[in-house]
Amino acid sequence: MKPVLLLHIFLLYAVTWSFATIIKVHPAVNSIHHAANIAHSGDTLLLQKGIYKEHDIVISKKLTITGEGFPIIDGENKYQVFIIASDSVIIQGLQIQHIGKGSITDMAGIKIVNAKCVTIRNNRLINNTFGIYLQNTTRCNIVNNMIHSDAKDEINGGNGIHAWKCTHLSITGNSISGHRDGIYFEFVTDSYIAANTSFDNARYGLHFMFSHNDTYTQNTFKSNGAGVAVMYSKGVIMCDNEFVHNWGDASYGLLLKEITDSKIEHNRFTKNTVGIHMEGTTRVDVRRNIFQDNGWGVRVQASCSGSSFVENNFIGNSFDVTTNGTMMLNTFNNNYWDKYDGYDLDKNSIGDVSYYPVSVYAVITEKIPPAMILYRSFLSDIMDQVEKVMPTIIPDMLKDDHPLMKKLKL
Amino acid sequence: MKTIIKYVLLDLLKNKTILVYTFILAAITISVSGIGDNASKGLLSLLNITLLFVPIISILFSTIYFFNSVEFTELLLAQPIRRKTMLLAEYAGIAIALTIAYLVGVGVPICIFFYNLAAVILIISGLFLTLIFSALALLIFVLFKDKTKGIGAAIIIALFFILLFDGLLLSFIYSFSDYPIEKPLLGLISLNPVDLARILVLLQLDAAVMMGYSGALFKKFMGSATGSIYTVICMLCWTIIPLITAAGIFKKKDI
Amino acid sequence: MIEIAYLTKTFRKFKALDNINLHFERGQTISLLGPNGSGKTTLIKSILGLVIPEKGTIRINGNEVKDNWEYRSQIGYMPQIGRYPENMTIRQVIKMLKEIRKDCNRYDEELIEGFNISAVHHKTMRSLSGGTRQKVSACLSFLFSPDILILDEPTAGLDPVSSELLKDKIIKERTNGKLILITSHVLSDLDDITTHIVYLQDGKLMCYKTVEELKKSTGQEKLNKIVAAIMQKNYREEYQLHENNY
Repeated sequence: MKPVLLLHIFLLYAVTWSFATIIKVHPAVNSIHHAANIAHSGDTLLLQKGIYKEHDIVISKKLTITGEGFPIIDGENKYQVFIIASDSVIIQGLQIQHIGKGSITDMAGIKIVNAKCVTIRNNRLINNTFGIYLQNTTRCNIVNNMIHSDAKDEINGGNGIHAWKCTHLSITGNSISGHRDGIYFEFVTDSYIAANTSFDNARYGLHFMFSHNDTYTQNTFKSNGAGVAVMYSKGVIMCDNEFVHNWGDASYGLLLKEITDSKIEHNRFTKNTVGIHMEGTTRVDVRRNIFQDNGWGVRVQASCSGSSFVENNFIGNSFDVTTNGTMMLNTFNNNYWDKYDGYDLDKNSIGDVSYYPVSVYAVITEKIPPAMILYRSFLSDIMDQVEKVMPTIIPDMLKDDHPLMKKLKL
Repeated sequence: MKTIIKYVLLDLLKNKTILVYTFILAAITISVSGIGDNASKGLLSLLNITLLFVPIISILFSTIYFFNSVEFTELLLAQPIRRKTMLLAEYAGIAIALTIAYLVGVGVPICIFFYNLAAVILIISGLFLTLIFSALALLIFVLFKDKTKGIGAAIIIALFFILLFDGLLLSFIYSFSDYPIEKPLLGLISLNPVDLARILVLLQLDAAVMMGYSGALFKKFMGSATGSIYTVICMLCWTIIPLITAAGIFKKKDI
Repeated sequence: MIEIAYLTKTFRKFKALDNINLHFERGQTISLLGPNGSGKTTLIKSILGLVIPEKGTIRINGNEVKDNWEYRSQIGYMPQIGRYPENMTIRQVIKMLKEIRKDCNRYDEELIEGFNISAVHHKTMRSLSGGTRQKVSACLSFLFSPDILILDEPTAGLDPVSSELLKDKIIKERTNGKLILITSHVLSDLDDITTHIVYLQDGKLMCYKTVEELKKSTGQEKLNKIVAAIMQKNYREEYQLHENNY
């Protein structure tokens, strides 16, 4: 009797498997809704090219939804489109556009709620309030999506990829632009963000809040309203990223606030108003980065402590380092500073005199911003020279005792 | 008028001071441009040189030239020429000579080494400073009878615009730092052509730093088309008003 | 030709010209005499429009000088100190003035030839001696054959030969019917050429008479003697005035 039972069990499985069919869907009224209803768990919906005006499609089964030639699912600026509430769903090759704006709910092109192992890949999400919205999910993959909108301001826009209370996400190869925040993380842990390009967003290219032990690497953040913000998090690893051209009166390449035990390595900060702005950080290791052509290379507020800046290149910044206090509890060592004019008599490639990277005018403008109008005047030059001879304003702890004579090859 | 300009120019282009001025400018420009691997750093040094040398040399040289040619001026005024024509022609001659010196000394090397918008704006600013400070020299010439006093006044005026004005401005900023003074500052800065020139060029070079904080307001205004036009108009006023005033005073002056 | 009426000019508190009335005509050579600071140069400059008088009028051929500039085409002026743009050559200076005076195309180059200026044509003004510069100034004042010539210390710094040449030229131009105004300290130079004498002191006109009249009244032949007599007479009058006051 036992083998028979086993056979039955096997057959049962075989039957379910054999019913894993491909359902072709053509544009018609509620055709995706209908297909999703009749489909069984494990089926594939193959959407044909065309325009589908459907909304609030809830996927509560394990389905694969594939588009052929980027079929368009249009939210008509009123509705949201996919709501995924099942594990292991795959959505690929779709163009989802014109999601509406909700005053109570956040409307998104694809919303994943309480699910695991969902994959969203190779989709186009255009002019949506929120692009992809992850809520309480685990191990989801967001890969190679193009997410574009034209949010005019911070208040009305939504985020490109929005993740709340998730773990183990993998967000790679996406291109996100024109949203409020490109990628938004809140209470997201142990996740991996790589090779994304986030540009022209109204606020931050990447926004971290209370998200610990995440890594982001090889991303490019360009021309965002306020750069990248990483706040109230610990154990964040940021390496090999590019922070380019984040310009504006409140714009930063990278804004760190209340960050502890994190690493910033091998990044490139180019043409930002401020390369890195640090506030209340503890034990952040800044190593082997390039700061080039920024207004301010790094701005370290007096509330930071225990951080170290080692082996970075500072080239062509208007101000290399600035601070608002007179105490400095962070260390600078073995960096290359293009403004360094010391000498190296013992030829060990390390300058024999310390370099003070804070200029007196940087300190003055830190205290009284409008004084910037006199920047680079003859007067400010004289003040810098006087300060060099008789240091009075610059915090004397802020110095690099081993400045490098030559640029590091990074 | 053209005749006088032509001959003043002929005389000045052989003038040793002008030649030395051109040569020094060229030497500095070339040496600054040659060293240093980044272009904006070189341009910044050139900006500093322009802001320092051009006003001083323009005003001093012009003042001395005007006072030295006072007898020649007298001779020309004994000819059937209007006083205004005579004075403006002499100004034009000297302004053109200094302009040529600046263009040859700074303009040409800059164009060869950099050639970007910032460089062009630097050249334009330098030209304006030349015109403005030689116009101020003309004003000094008609106001003072004595050459020594005139030269003293020229030095004081140059120092005032290069250094003192900024010092006063800084103390103003210090004492009113609790108030929103960005807009008044924009107004005050129009009172100093050297500052105008500096900000105009900085907006192209150090734009990142000008973007920060209240720099944003300056950038927003000065960096816009309206701002640029405003700046140029201010500079033009700085040229024209001293000229008109000088011509007015000169009309009634005993020579 | 030149009518000066009630001309007054004050520099700060100093009265340079005090109520001067004068009338000059064609064919006269007027010597403006007087001690330093008596107002000679101020008078000349007023006629040229270089000094703006505060009171009174100057008319040249009936046209008022004030706010006018065209009349200066009739005047040739030789300044006391001739300084020219340093790097210009003599040729350039002459050419320049010719270009400025486009209204005139009949040049009187007699002096240029007389002084043999063409031999130093190429020299820059900086390199010239004071005398040569003076010659250039003289040439320029006669160049456009003006009706009125104003010569401020014309013979100062000139060598005797050139001085004589200039005097001959002055006499010749007077006989051609021109009006010539001269100031000079070297009275002997004026001896043969002057027809009238204007004597100024402290901005006041002390005497405007023909040389003949003066010769008769003072009984002197030489100009310096005549002038000494005038000065003495003035001194005496002043002294008497002084006495009478007390």
